[in-house]
Amino acid sequence: MCLAIPARIVELDGDRAVVDAMGNRWKAKTTLLPEAKLGDLVLIHAGFAISLVDEEEAQKTWQLISEINEFQDTPDKISG
Amino acid sequence: MLDRIQKAQNLCRAACKQLARQINIMEVCGTHTVSIFRNGIRATLPKELKLLSGPGCPVCVTEQGYIDIVLQLADRDDCLIATYGDMIRVPGKNSSLERKQSKANVKVVLSSEDALQLAKDNPEKTVVFVAVGFETTAPSTAVVVKEAAQQDVDNFCILSGHKLVTPAMRALLSAKNDKIDAFLCPGHVSVIIGYGAFAEIVEDFNRPCVVAGFGPLQIMEGLGEICRQLASGKAELKSMYDAVVTKEGNIAAQKIVAECFDAADGYWRGLGKIDKSTLKLKEKYSRFDAFTRFKINETPSEEKTGCRCGEVLCGLIEPPECGLFDKNCTPQEPVGPCMVSSEGACAAWFKYGRERAH
Amino acid sequence: MTEAKNDRILLAHGGGGQLTDDLIRRHILPSLNNEILSELGDSAKLNVASKSLCFTTDSYVVKPLFFNGGDIGKLAVCGTINDLAVAGSRPVALSLSLIIEDGFEFKLLDRILASIGETARENNVNIITGDTKTVEAGAADGIFINTAGIGVKLTGADMGFDKIAAGDKIIINGTIGDHGMTIISQREDIKFQSQMQSDCAPLAGLTCELLENTNGIKFMRDPTRGGLAASLNEISRTSRLSIEIREVDIPIKPVVQAAADMLGFDVLTIANEGKFIAIVSPESVDDCLRICKNHPLGKQAKVIGEVCRSSDVPLVELITQIGGKRIVQMPYGRELPRIC
Repeated sequence: MCLAIPARIVELDGDRAVVDAMGNRWKAKTTLLPEAKLGDLVLIHAGFAISLVDEEEAQKTWQLISEINEFQDTPDKISG
Repeated sequence: MLDRIQKAQNLCRAACKQLARQINIMEVCGTHTVSIFRNGIRATLPKELKLLSGPGCPVCVTEQGYIDIVLQLADRDDCLIATYGDMIRVPGKNSSLERKQSKANVKVVLSSEDALQLAKDNPEKTVVFVAVGFETTAPSTAVVVKEAAQQDVDNFCILSGHKLVTPAMRALLSAKNDKIDAFLCPGHVSVIIGYGAFAEIVEDFNRPCVVAGFGPLQIMEGLGEICRQLASGKAELKSMYDAVVTKEGNIAAQKIVAECFDAADGYWRGLGKIDKSTLKLKEKYSRFDAFTRFKINETPSEEKTGCRCGEVLCGLIEPPECGLFDKNCTPQEPVGPCMVSSEGACAAWFKYGRERAH
Repeated sequence: MTEAKNDRILLAHGGGGQLTDDLIRRHILPSLNNEILSELGDSAKLNVASKSLCFTTDSYVVKPLFFNGGDIGKLAVCGTINDLAVAGSRPVALSLSLIIEDGFEFKLLDRILASIGETARENNVNIITGDTKTVEAGAADGIFINTAGIGVKLTGADMGFDKIAAGDKIIINGTIGDHGMTIISQREDIKFQSQMQSDCAPLAGLTCELLENTNGIKFMRDPTRGGLAASLNEISRTSRLSIEIREVDIPIKPVVQAAADMLGFDVLTIANEGKFIAIVSPESVDDCLRICKNHPLGKQAKVIGEVCRSSDVPLVELITQIGGKRIVQMPYGRELPRIC
């Protein structure tokens, strides 16, 4: 019902923003999040920022697969 | 992280053991439906714990009458239809927007702003924005309605199919399905309305309501918390999604929705008429209301023969129990929206499910 | 004719007369020049000392024509080279057919031809025969390209569906989803800026090295349209064996995953143009990985899963990052971005 991903505000002019999600840049509006500032991590849904993202909580919520990869990627491991 | 998953699984097993019966948890969000399937979560749960897919796919709960209205408007040469991708393949009585796309007046948009821009770029056409979605998406529709009013974009209008989640949850518990033990509540709807909005379900119906995000860890921990509550015998309201959800929600978004919309009675596929469960544009914005502009009324139309989308949406049956599933109704040739919508329970089951009804 | 008029293709360029001759000599030959092509014969003569040839063809209609990491020209050469490569052959020669719209700018055509020439040369492959047609404006999205290719089967390359056995491992040479997501990011209706790049690359060098230096490779395929999901399903269906892959072992760039998450796509179904999967015997896994990792196109090679006996209906299953299990189905064929 609600695809939304965290992204960082890298440009902001009034309520028109550009956000960056791991190297993808999207246009987004901050009309629904007037307190958003340049540099904030926000949740983007359908082209709108709908919430600030607490960075510490975000680590706990979104990082599962990269943690598992780090654990498994030991340098001398060749065979899968 | 894996130990957190273990912990959640232990809580689920403990609750099943303690209650010694089947536990039914309903998730009320199409995005949860898909994520549960994509992450193969059912396979990691005890078999006594059943996950029901509820009416959380906004496309699936949209009455066929609404879809047929969109298709009628798509047939008009003076209209451009702007829609989210979800709606494209949903079948109406005779056709779907996808089939009409070759006429080039159906555009897929990612944002309501794109729909408004389409109107500005095509002044000689009327742009109809197919405004479907729950409380997460309604604010973005409200923003563009206000902008259209401020900027006098007269060739823009919306066909509101926005629906509200808590009235549907109440309707489910009151009439259709009292076997639901608890709800896994939608994370992004909660961003807007606040997790406090589910307090009434906990208080009035004594069911645990736990808000979770959409990653597998969030869902597992949400289920674990629900099971902990069920085992303790005490229904509570809790959010696992502190990264973005607060108790009050996004006040600015709530305000703008209240400025533009009124809650109205509406028809939900499978649930029938639910009071104050849909959003209708306020009188002062009626010039942007496609229902007013084109003088149309949404009337509930009949289900296609054999289609049991309604029962699937209420969690009363699982997709393979529908006689059409994987026979006459497949993602290539869908009969009902539950099969074609990317978040429909039937589509998810078909795409990712272990059992297939052969 | 004046210079000013000659900055775009005209229908007459496909007429077979002076303008066609002009097009070939001034634009096509300089980019692709080789002895056989310069003869401009109706057919090219090839001397190939082999009893076993591979032959393939593909058409290219990608939109946009130019994208991060490549263009339709590079794609047209790589795509056909890769089909020859995964069939176990060394590519030798290509044909090139162009269908160009009236009004197409020469400067764009020249870029595409240069790309074709460069990619072919880098892989010791010649374009030895071709054709050009022109069509009315709007009939070809700018330009459509078809290439056909001939390869010489490597001796000792003995691959086939019937060679695949339960226990065989599945290796991929790098990250998935790069090409398809890059194209999607540059589509008119969705366009967004991104660091993503198409992985479009010719694989023959790596595949030939693998086939010549190991002896346990049972099957290869390049997961293009429909992505990894389509290729694995095709293999499973035809070999009548099940396949199990592990989510944690599938290499995906975070930028690609984030773009897919935003649009609601499943990366497993997204096209790749510089990747192949190899189904290999368990004993040859280490050698294969070593060769891949020593090659620029295989640095992130990984074992992503294995082939298993099937109980009744052969299935492709994914072990998810949390230890769950789900089926990977054949994709519908037209994944749409979703929001709700």
